[in-house]
Amino acid sequence: MERDLCQAGRLRRRVVNLPGMGMNAAARARARWEILFARPRGICVYSLEGKMDGTHMIEVNHLTKRYGGRTAVNDISFTVARGEIVGLLGPNGAGKSTTMRMLSGFLPGTSGSVRIGGFDVAHEADDVRRRIGYMPENNPLHPEMRVREYLKFRARLKGLGWCESRRRVQVVIEQCGLGDVCSRVIGQLSKGYKQRVGLADALVHEPELIILDEPTIGLDPQQIRSVRALIKNLAGHHTVLISTHILPEVEMMCGRVLIMFGGKVLASDTPENLQRRMSGGSQVIAEIAAPEPDLRQALDQLMEVERWDVSPADGAFFRCALTGLNGSDLRPAIYQLAWRQGWMLRELTRSRYSLEDIYVQVTQPGTEDLE
Amino acid sequence: MRVFWTLLRRELASFFLSFQGYVIIAAMTLLVGLSFVVLVAGVGNDPFTEPVTEMFYSTFYFWLILLLGTPVITMRLFAHEKATGTFETLMTTPVGDLQVVAAKFTAALSFYMVSWLPLMGCLLVVRHFTSQTAALDPGTVGGVYLGILLLGAVFISLGCLASAMSQTQVMSAIISFVLGVSLFSLAFLAKSTPVNDHWQTQAISTFNLFDQMHDFARGAVDSRAVVFSLSTTFFFLFLNLRVLESRRWK
Repeated sequence: MERDLCQAGRLRRRVVNLPGMGMNAAARARARWEILFARPRGICVYSLEGKMDGTHMIEVNHLTKRYGGRTAVNDISFTVARGEIVGLLGPNGAGKSTTMRMLSGFLPGTSGSVRIGGFDVAHEADDVRRRIGYMPENNPLHPEMRVREYLKFRARLKGLGWCESRRRVQVVIEQCGLGDVCSRVIGQLSKGYKQRVGLADALVHEPELIILDEPTIGLDPQQIRSVRALIKNLAGHHTVLISTHILPEVEMMCGRVLIMFGGKVLASDTPENLQRRMSGGSQVIAEIAAPEPDLRQALDQLMEVERWDVSPADGAFFRCALTGLNGSDLRPAIYQLAWRQGWMLRELTRSRYSLEDIYVQVTQPGTEDLE
Repeated sequence: MRVFWTLLRRELASFFLSFQGYVIIAAMTLLVGLSFVVLVAGVGNDPFTEPVTEMFYSTFYFWLILLLGTPVITMRLFAHEKATGTFETLMTTPVGDLQVVAAKFTAALSFYMVSWLPLMGCLLVVRHFTSQTAALDPGTVGGVYLGILLLGAVFISLGCLASAMSQTQVMSAIISFVLGVSLFSLAFLAKSTPVNDHWQTQAISTFNLFDQMHDFARGAVDSRAVVFSLSTTFFFLFLNLRVLESRRWK
């Protein structure tokens, strides 16, 4: 393992030093991802092929979508088990919404297949549509309708009988906290309430799978909390697939994260696992007062340092950001260096990578070209 | 079927419970009223032998209403839903394309027929002031309304198709107006081309909407006209269905 990581460090340097490698952004990002985490054996990084045994809620197999000449989703494969809450994470334009639209059967894939609950989306559309509750991006609603009227209309469209739709509408109104506004016109509601109406609509026919495209976008923190709590409560009864680019949300709600970038799924793991793998690569920040050339030379000579960056701070101090080789803790070495040279040291902290750092590292386009 | 009724109710509500719907009805009432004014001014105090409905038709306001009214009625059917995104939520529920098209078309046609009701008021005015019951024969009135319904169905289905093809309401209105005017011009061509033995002229003569409508306005129901309107309507609705389906083509 240690050797693997050493190798990873070297590899990474090589990647960093190669200018304009002629790879596209997605390939670069994936290369960076694999190198960054040295791809531990047994954990599948970007595809879960070989697990398609029909027991999954979602099975996506080599799905591709091209619009004209542009490839929005590029040969992705993943599965989602029943009862799981999975977060689909990625920057704008990564292909999240397109993927969700294909899962819901609204858009056909250019190639590949999607099975929801064992039914093929392309050929058994009705069976699939009955099983999913889909809330598209921007949550489109009929603004002129009243909340209860709208939910009832949607319940009827989804094939519920008269009594059944009445009962279910009442249930979701309570579940989503819409009791106070159920006779108000949707167009006059606040964004948070509209979002809840969209959620209630997705839930009204008790679907097995709920697909939510950015359910918390544009909400204030309090509203985000309530929507999040609502989604968390769905775990177990329903399978939930959420797309978002808000990271804390994923950390709080999802049992698993799929990171998408450039139309590819780059990573698929639990947030904890991603962080565990990442914690090896922690960073140390030190502020040292020293002549700059000496400092640079000293850092270059430190064996444990894999990468360093020096920037001037106020006064005679320089701010050094250091990454240890093999994830080793650099703090003692830095202290010793300062002590040996008689330099003044005023700050020494270690920062752990958050999911945000992982995300940024994986999805940042073309940083190696800048380095 | 249940889904069809649900959708139809919703579509009708969006026509009749909206400001836009009443603006359209008001505009159509204005045009019908104008045509009535023209009719009354033309008649003056002279006795006349034609049915009132035929005289109404001959003012040509009828075509103005048909060509301008139907694009405005149909423009929001699909285009509005696409623009707001509700089309996506609609098409991801277990509803069939056929149900959606049928419900939207039926709702638009019903609204169109309701907006023609002011004509009935005009006819009643004539009946009241001429105190001639023969001036307003139920058969002729039925005939003119059947004509309005059948020709309306052709133009409404054309409008549905245009709306399904476009992303915005304005685009939809323009497309259906252009298509409607093309059909209207074809009718002009058919009227001005003398029919002879050639199949071309005979084929074109089937598009003679003027004479067809004239017959209806006189109270004569010609089966050729009925078959023509119905088949054209179904043809446009079929195309409409294909346009919706094309979304799922790879």
